[in-house]
Amino acid sequence: MTSSQLRSLDIPAIRSEFPVLEREVHPGVKLVYLDSAASSQKPRSVLAAMLNLYEQHYANVHRGIHRLAEEATEAFEAARAKVAGFIGASSPREIVFTKNTTEAINLVAHSWGRANLKAGDSILLTEMEHHSNIVPWLMLAKEIGFEIHYVSFGPDYQLDQQQYRRLLETRPKLVGFTMMSNVLGTITPVAEMTAAAHAAGAVVLVDGAQAVPHLQLNVAQLGVDFLAFSAHKMCGPSGIGALYGRRELLERMPPFLGGGEMIKRVRLDSFEPNEVPHKFEAGTPPIAEAVGFGAAVDFLTELGMPAVMEHERMMVTRAVEQLEEVPGVSVYGPAPEHKGGVAAFTFETAHAHDVAQLLDREGIAVRAGHHCAMPLHEKLGLPATTRASFYLYNTPEEIDRLIEGLYKVREVFA
Amino acid sequence: MDDLYREQIIDRYKNPRMRGKLDPHDYSYEDDNPLCGDHVRIDLRVDGEGRVSEAAFSGEGCAISQASADLLMESVVGKPLEEVKGYGKEALLEMLGIELGPVRMKCALLSLKVLKAGVYGLEHLEEELAAI
Repeated sequence: MTSSQLRSLDIPAIRSEFPVLEREVHPGVKLVYLDSAASSQKPRSVLAAMLNLYEQHYANVHRGIHRLAEEATEAFEAARAKVAGFIGASSPREIVFTKNTTEAINLVAHSWGRANLKAGDSILLTEMEHHSNIVPWLMLAKEIGFEIHYVSFGPDYQLDQQQYRRLLETRPKLVGFTMMSNVLGTITPVAEMTAAAHAAGAVVLVDGAQAVPHLQLNVAQLGVDFLAFSAHKMCGPSGIGALYGRRELLERMPPFLGGGEMIKRVRLDSFEPNEVPHKFEAGTPPIAEAVGFGAAVDFLTELGMPAVMEHERMMVTRAVEQLEEVPGVSVYGPAPEHKGGVAAFTFETAHAHDVAQLLDREGIAVRAGHHCAMPLHEKLGLPATTRASFYLYNTPEEIDRLIEGLYKVREVFA
Repeated sequence: MDDLYREQIIDRYKNPRMRGKLDPHDYSYEDDNPLCGDHVRIDLRVDGEGRVSEAAFSGEGCAISQASADLLMESVVGKPLEEVKGYGKEALLEMLGIELGPVRMKCALLSLKVLKAGVYGLEHLEEELAAI
C-alpha cells in the first residue's frame, strides 16, 4: 500500500475490540493503558481463536493420527505460515516457535554460538540493547572466552555508525542489535548495518521485540540472518515468540533443547535430529498460543502496518511535544521522526517509581525503572526513567490525561 | 492526598536529616532494588559500649526507599547494636506509617535489608532475610 492509499485507523472501532480498555482500574477511574511496550492488550479475535481451538480442535500436534490431532496440527502450522508471511520470510520453515524473544536469542547463543564461536573471537552488540541481548552473550563469553564489543550511541540517541564501521574491521563473528530501542524508541538502520556486517563476514541477529509489533518489515529486504520477536507485544498471547532464521543457517545449527518432537530417530546411544524448524522445538509446544499468535498477525494485517505506524508516529510526536511543556520533565530519545511509539522521561524532583505510582491513581499505566536496559541508563546517568508507550488503541485524549496526571505529581512533589 | 505520599514521606525525601557518609565507620553496606533502581548505602559508628553513636545513609531512589532509610537511620542512633539487630519489618512500617502493596514493600524494606546485612555481615544474611 502506498502512502496515498493509506487509510487511517478507526480508533473507536479498534478500542471496542479490546474489552480491558473499558475497565475502571479504581472506582470511577478509567484505564489509560500506556504500557504496550512492556506487553500489549489482546483483541477479542485473538482470545476467540484460542478458545475455539480449546473447545473444538485441541489435541497434541505432530503426533496423533486422529481427527483432532490433524486439526490441531493444521491450525498450529497455519499460524507458523502467517507469522512467516508477516515478516516476509521465504518459508514457514524459517520460523521457530519459542517462548519469547529472550528464548529466541538464547537459542541463537546456545546453538549457533556454541558451534561457531571460540576463544579469541569477538562479537558486536550495542549499548542500546535490552538485557536479553546482552546477558546470553555474557554467559556464553564466560564459558568460551570470546570478546564482546559494544557500539555506542551519541547525543542524538543514534548508534555511532563510524565507530560501528571501525569495530567491523576487527572481524566480529556476529553482530547483534535492536531494531527499536525499548527505552529511547530509536529505530536503527537495519538494512545498512546488516549489509556492512555481511561485508565484514559477520552473521546478523536483530532483536525485533519492539520493532515487529509496530513497523512494517521484511526480513528478505533487510537481509538479516536472525530476527527474534514475541507475540505478547503485538496483540498476541504471552508464552510464545519466534526466531526467524535463514534456512541454510538453521539447517547447519545443532539442536537447542533435547526431547520429543525435535528428533527423527532415537537409539539408546544416539539420535538423529528432526528437520527444521522442528529440531529446535523440543516437547509439546504452546499450541493455543501459536493459534493466538496467528490471529494477532491477522488482526494487524487487516489494519495494515503502515496505518499502525502512522498512528503511533502521530501519537508519539504529540506526546513528546506535550511532555516537554511540563516544567521539570526531560524526554530522552531521538526526534519523533526517528523513533517508535515510546517516550521515556524523568521528572526533576520525583523518582520514576513515584511518578508511576501517582499516575496509577489517575488510572494511567506506565512503566518505571530501567526497563531491562541498565547499561543504557548508566550511560545516560539516570537511575530510572518513566516510560509511556503507545499502540494502535491509544488516543490523543489519553495523552492529555497523562499530562494532567503529571501536573498532579508535580503538586505532590512541589 | 494519597496515603503513600503523606507529608512525612515527601518531607523526608526532600529534606533528609540523616543523609551522608561516615568515614571512617564501623559498619557499612550497600545494595540495590533492581525493580526501581533504588540504591541505599548505610554507614554506622559504634561506641565502646556497643551503641550506635552515628548513622548515615546515602544513595538514590524513590521517595519510599529514601524516606524509609532516613527514618531508619534516625531511629538507630543511640540504640545498642544488639537491639538494632532485632529490628523487623513491623517496626519500620510503623515508622513509615503507610500501607504498602507487595511491589512498593521492596522499596520500603531496602534500607532495613542493607542495615541488617551490614550489622550481621554477609554470612548470616540469608537466614536474617528469611526472617524479614
